Amino acid sequence: MAKLEQFKMQPFVRLTGTAVALRRDNVDTDQILPARYLKVARADGLAEALFRDLRQDANGKLRPDFPLNDPDRQNASIMIARHNFGVGSSREAAVYTIVDNGFRVVAATSFGDIFAGNSVNNGLVAAIVTPEDIEKLLSAVEQTGKAEVDLEELTIRSGNYVVPFTIDPARRTRLLNGWDDLDLTLQHAKEIEAFAVKDRTLRPWAVPVA
Amino acid sequence: MTQPLTLFDKIWAQHEVLKAENGNSLLWVDRHLLHEGSFQGFDKVEARGVRVARPDLTFAIADHYVPTGHDRAFRDPSLKHMVEQLTDNTRRHGIALIGLNDPRQGIVHVVGPEQGLTLPGLLLVCGDSHTATHGALGALAFGIGASEVSHVLMTQTLWQKKPRRMRVTVDGKCASGVGAKDIALSVIARIGTNGGQGYAIEYAGRAIRALTIEGRLTLCNLAIEAGARTGMATPDDTTFAYIEGRAFAPKGDDFARAVEVWQGLASDSDAEFDKEVSLDASAIAPVVTWGTSPEDALPIDGAVPDPAQEEDPGRAQQMQGALDYMGLTARQKLTDIRVDRVFIGSCTNSRIEDLRAAAAVLAGRKAKVPGLVSPGSTVVKQQAEQEGLDKVFMAAGLEWAESGCSMCLGLNGDLVAPGERCASTTNRNFRGRQGPGARTHLMSPAMVAAAAVSGHLADVRPLLKERA
Repeated sequence: MAKLEQFKMQPFVRLTGTAVALRRDNVDTDQILPARYLKVARADGLAEALFRDLRQDANGKLRPDFPLNDPDRQNASIMIARHNFGVGSSREAAVYTIVDNGFRVVAATSFGDIFAGNSVNNGLVAAIVTPEDIEKLLSAVEQTGKAEVDLEELTIRSGNYVVPFTIDPARRTRLLNGWDDLDLTLQHAKEIEAFAVKDRTLRPWAVPVA
Repeated sequence: MTQPLTLFDKIWAQHEVLKAENGNSLLWVDRHLLHEGSFQGFDKVEARGVRVARPDLTFAIADHYVPTGHDRAFRDPSLKHMVEQLTDNTRRHGIALIGLNDPRQGIVHVVGPEQGLTLPGLLLVCGDSHTATHGALGALAFGIGASEVSHVLMTQTLWQKKPRRMRVTVDGKCASGVGAKDIALSVIARIGTNGGQGYAIEYAGRAIRALTIEGRLTLCNLAIEAGARTGMATPDDTTFAYIEGRAFAPKGDDFARAVEVWQGLASDSDAEFDKEVSLDASAIAPVVTWGTSPEDALPIDGAVPDPAQEEDPGRAQQMQGALDYMGLTARQKLTDIRVDRVFIGSCTNSRIEDLRAAAAVLAGRKAKVPGLVSPGSTVVKQQAEQEGLDKVFMAAGLEWAESGCSMCLGLNGDLVAPGERCASTTNRNFRGRQGPGARTHLMSPAMVAAAAVSGHLADVRPLLKERA
């Protein structure tokens, strides 16, 4: 059985680290994690799947122009993308492969809804930055190779720029504390049970006919 | 005086177990659908060492990795393992399984409605982004990730932030050869693939009410491609007639009582939406995509856009990248784009009405390119064979296969070869979606049939006129 404890959510407050600029729009989940990796369990290693078909050509040779292949950015923990990152599939493995490559932050102007939800469940900060600021950040990160992300102050700093970002407040709180949804839910077990009993009489048609 | 509510508000409120201080709601889940990809969720359940809370509300369907050959033989042991893993996980937790050799087998978003698992007013989730499909029957349905799958397995509930409400109103009447897929792609082209982010979409208007359930399923299926996690249509007499008699749906007096409740599931006339979008159905022409995002959609009489005409340099770069990947030239007429193969299938367009629409174009004609037709379920397959549609597809030179997700994302080995161009009834034209290097053009089943018999992207309308 897979050991998943190693992937337990870690709190995030602030981070200074190597940053990489991915100047692309609509980076969809099929680009982040090609479908053929969907059968791989996380414990068996999903890290190599990240951007597989963007990073390597058909012969498995690394594409030198792909930013994540830059030798100076190999330990990057912060990714700056452009518009509409993580659209498409619900595959949480798209988040696993990002996190398992050491990333803790992705900044973009918007995110796919399901991807953003999956991110918080894995301690990945999906930071929303305005279109003007994202261009500044991309340029700064390309030059400096570094960024500092502060989830308390809601800022990303790189070179001479400090830009604000937004994130849903409830998600921010969970990330800051490293809270798992399930721990919270289990505190409400009695309310759930009471709801289920009452609902059974209110909506008798809602149960599947055996 | 009570506040006017939308359809979405009403269903949401009925499922709210509690609301936390942070504004998120803990929602009760009526139906949880699983497939082979749900193993990541089961792994988390196992890691906690707990049991599935409500196996009676959980249903598993084998679709993503199933072989579509008539012998149902796996091409690769790793694919067989995926299906067996689902069998093992469901057996261990006492969950009903509609497996590979079950006569009800099919794509989860086809089987749910078909078997009466999907009903108006239900909250239904599945670890698949196209779960919005089920909203066609007036359910609140959305796709979830593996952590959420495990949370539902363990608690039958889910924490969610309430999305804002968007209404997409489509009035007017679709012309012949234009249908739900063309409406859906037109909506996506209008609002963009991020236009619906943070919203629940309600589809309204005369053209939506005129759609069959199959059409509404196609429309709601594509809500996620407009960025919205959920899309829904108001349940009406068309809906109730569709549901009556289906295996898991209420029967007899129970059904009559349920219909009375469901008739109240409509937005109040004065309910407000956070965003309104309107389209005129009569102005919609058959649509195809040219690029690598579903928003790259244009009427078939158009031409490939020119990045040089694009003012936003980022967008121009993005467009050029798409043209390079797709092997297209700016300003090339869409009808001049030659295709190498076609695919008819997927949770978007594999239902009986879709197969009929494609067969109506193919009948008496020959496809100029090879192609695969994978019905959405074994039930659909049998119905199609009773109607003789299988013979139409085979006479045209297309392959008639078993049901599954198949070439939509190629997990089972049904792949489009690198560099090949495929006219496809599926939902995503992402790079590599149908296989590494594959080039996908999305369109309706009738338009795929038109491309098949023409050997290039083609307007289906003249082909239909020749019949009249």
